[in-house]
Amino acid sequence: MLLETAGLTKRFGGVVAVNAVDLAISQAQAFGLIGPNGAGKTTLINLISGHLRADAGAIRLAGADVTGAPPHALTARGIARTFQGVRLFKGLSAIENVLVGRHVRMRSDALRRLWPRGAPDRADRDRARALLERVGLSRRAEALAGELSYGDQRRLEIARALASEPRLLMLDEPAAGMNPAETGRLRELIRALVDEGLTILLIEHDVRLVMGTCERIAVLSFGRKIAEGEPAEIQGSAVVREAYLGSEDVA
Amino acid sequence: MEVVRDFLSAYSTLIALVGVNALLALSIWLTLYAGQLTLGNAAFMAIGAYVSALLGRHLGTPFPIALVIGAIAAGATAAPLGLTVFRLRGVYLAIATLAFGEVVRVILLATPITGKGQGLNGIPPTTEIWHIYLSLAVVAYVLWRVQGSTVGRAWAAIREDETAAASQGIRVHRYKLGAFVSGALLAAWAGGLSAHLVFSIEPNDFAFSKAVQILVFGVVGGIPNPLGPIFGAALLTALPELLRPLKDYRDILQGLILLLVIIYLPRGLVTIAQLRRTRRLQEIGAADVA
Amino acid sequence: MLEQLYNAIFIGSIYALFAVGFALVFSVLDILNLAHPTVFMLGAFTALFVIATLGMPWYAAIVIAFLATGIFGIVLDRIAFAPLRRRGAPPLSAMISSLAVTLIVVRLVELRYGGDFITFPRGTVPSFLLHIGDATLEGVRIAIIVLAIVLMLGLTYVVRATSLGRDIRALAENPRAARILGVDVERAIAATFFISSGLGGLAGVLLGFAYDSVDSKMGLPLELRAFTVMVVGGMGSLPGAVLGAYILGLGEVASLVYLPAELRDAFAFGLLFIVLVLRPSGLLGQRTADRV
Repeated sequence: MLLETAGLTKRFGGVVAVNAVDLAISQAQAFGLIGPNGAGKTTLINLISGHLRADAGAIRLAGADVTGAPPHALTARGIARTFQGVRLFKGLSAIENVLVGRHVRMRSDALRRLWPRGAPDRADRDRARALLERVGLSRRAEALAGELSYGDQRRLEIARALASEPRLLMLDEPAAGMNPAETGRLRELIRALVDEGLTILLIEHDVRLVMGTCERIAVLSFGRKIAEGEPAEIQGSAVVREAYLGSEDVA
Repeated sequence: MEVVRDFLSAYSTLIALVGVNALLALSIWLTLYAGQLTLGNAAFMAIGAYVSALLGRHLGTPFPIALVIGAIAAGATAAPLGLTVFRLRGVYLAIATLAFGEVVRVILLATPITGKGQGLNGIPPTTEIWHIYLSLAVVAYVLWRVQGSTVGRAWAAIREDETAAASQGIRVHRYKLGAFVSGALLAAWAGGLSAHLVFSIEPNDFAFSKAVQILVFGVVGGIPNPLGPIFGAALLTALPELLRPLKDYRDILQGLILLLVIIYLPRGLVTIAQLRRTRRLQEIGAADVA
Repeated sequence: MLEQLYNAIFIGSIYALFAVGFALVFSVLDILNLAHPTVFMLGAFTALFVIATLGMPWYAAIVIAFLATGIFGIVLDRIAFAPLRRRGAPPLSAMISSLAVTLIVVRLVELRYGGDFITFPRGTVPSFLLHIGDATLEGVRIAIIVLAIVLMLGLTYVVRATSLGRDIRALAENPRAARILGVDVERAIAATFFISSGLGGLAGVLLGFAYDSVDSKMGLPLELRAFTVMVVGGMGSLPGAVLGAYILGLGEVASLVYLPAELRDAFAFGLLFIVLVLRPSGLLGQRTADRV
């Protein structure tokens, strides 16, 4: 098991956004997380990435307890994520964004640069370019992140997240606003990454994408996990169908 | 050469002042670069000025050492201050640092050893222009090189989006504190140099208007790189001299320049050289200072 | 003791009138209008002009000052803030541009009137003393206190019970939704500045009358205290600003008793700092949080 949560709970005032959720995600797997709006999916990711403190429960990464660790520490340990709605550094170029993503794996070169010819570390830049190439943005490396099209921005965010060489990559609605062709490319990218050994936690409203990409899927509703299993099981589950009744996200 | 020498001696005070203001502008540029709007640098300048002056006066401390201790004193104040206020964002941080600045000023006004309202007089005029410009050159070079490093990029990331920056593994608090304390050190160094330039200092030299002045130097010059604040400080320090014939109207003109710059050239005057990039930034809403 | 309480309430009232306008603009537009102290000063000078140059009585001066500064507020917005709003500039830019306006306006006033204190013509304001117990109180101040309270009640009425007030509140809560729901945003913003600056100007006139002195820099101490008032009461909260104003007034007068004179200013800033560190949202403000 790469990532486990046990009884993870988060309350906001009187509302229980995440209610005693247990997850077990194994390595080199695409794990989907779906559920109607407001089910607590993003809150759950925020808990795992350290942006929110859990009120109860535990999070374990490769067996080690990481509950309550701050975001930067979790990134150092190998958890990376993208954000719902894209949070890039708009005023920085694409390649600079990726370089920032690589922050935990880079040695600080501030002191070295004080020498006029202080060794520029080519390796990191090369790696950043390679990532941009991988997501199809190599020609836009110097463009300002804010100038890119929405689809390009989403892919840049993924490249930035990959730059930290994570073990677990969490994608929060990466396909929002993508057309079918782009969604297909996203699916291919996810499968390729999983084949290389990366673990991916995918939150998505596009249920078809999730069904077609993930080995296992969990369903949240009102903060509780109401179902978990392989795509076929989830598709046939009456409990899941009921949870989606009334919402427009039915596959 | 004669002409140059005459020019230099006639305008030596102005040239020295430009240098000091450039250092101050860089001190706030640094914190702005990391996304923090702090108005406390006048207070750190005051600490540097008073500590170095008092050390020289009462303990006969050699000039460079007094400057260093003045800077360390400011840094030592900045660290706990930074830790207490680092949770604050935007205007709250500005107000908190402003309040801190006022508290320092009031304490200086009330403490006997600092001469209270009369301030300190008879500070030995040990500052030479080359001290100032050497400091400026070193600082500008260091900041320029750091800007392109991982540290500089981390600051830029924090400025753009703190939450996302944390997700990239950046220890946001540490970096913010670093920028804040470094800015304090710089301001204090400038304060020490300034005190030994003008022979006498008093608390009201370092009040709200000074804090604002420093901010304006930084902003008007420009944000993209260290040259901006240097240019801004130079322009705004020299402008009153150049506009001397206009006498009473020069403050109004300065205000107008500031107004026009902030509305039409938000990243500062140097961006005229980078107009295309600025326009691109404006379009994506990333053009402004903080 | 009674005298001190009286003075505390008086100065608190002035702070309240000034701060409430400041808080109004902040709550509606999320910007710190650093030109607000200017309208304070302009109000006082307008009154001076009306009385000394035009020879009109003090009550006319009050009304004219209110109108003049209110209009100035609208003009200020058009020049310094509206262009920034159009391009979605962050609050810092608005702070700096309002600062620039302050520099210009203060200098213009100084060109006309010089930088020194100016007193009103003799007999401008009826001065009378009240004797209560063994305390001697300036009568003008009670009138000011009453007027300030009336104005704040008036403001409350406008904000709560009129359609304009509703528009302003909608704008403060959610600008985009307000626009979609048909709120005339430009009108609401203009009204916000009119009210804010008008009240600020009035505060200036009243203080000028009470101390019988106006000068170009009279707004500055107010500005710094307005920060304290807003933070203590809760940023953007109008009742909070009023509450904070009186707390500050009481605190300052009390600190005059217990602290050396030079440290009086430190009270305002010390309080500000402590509140910011412990409870940035103030007494009545909302919690500020970064949503992920």
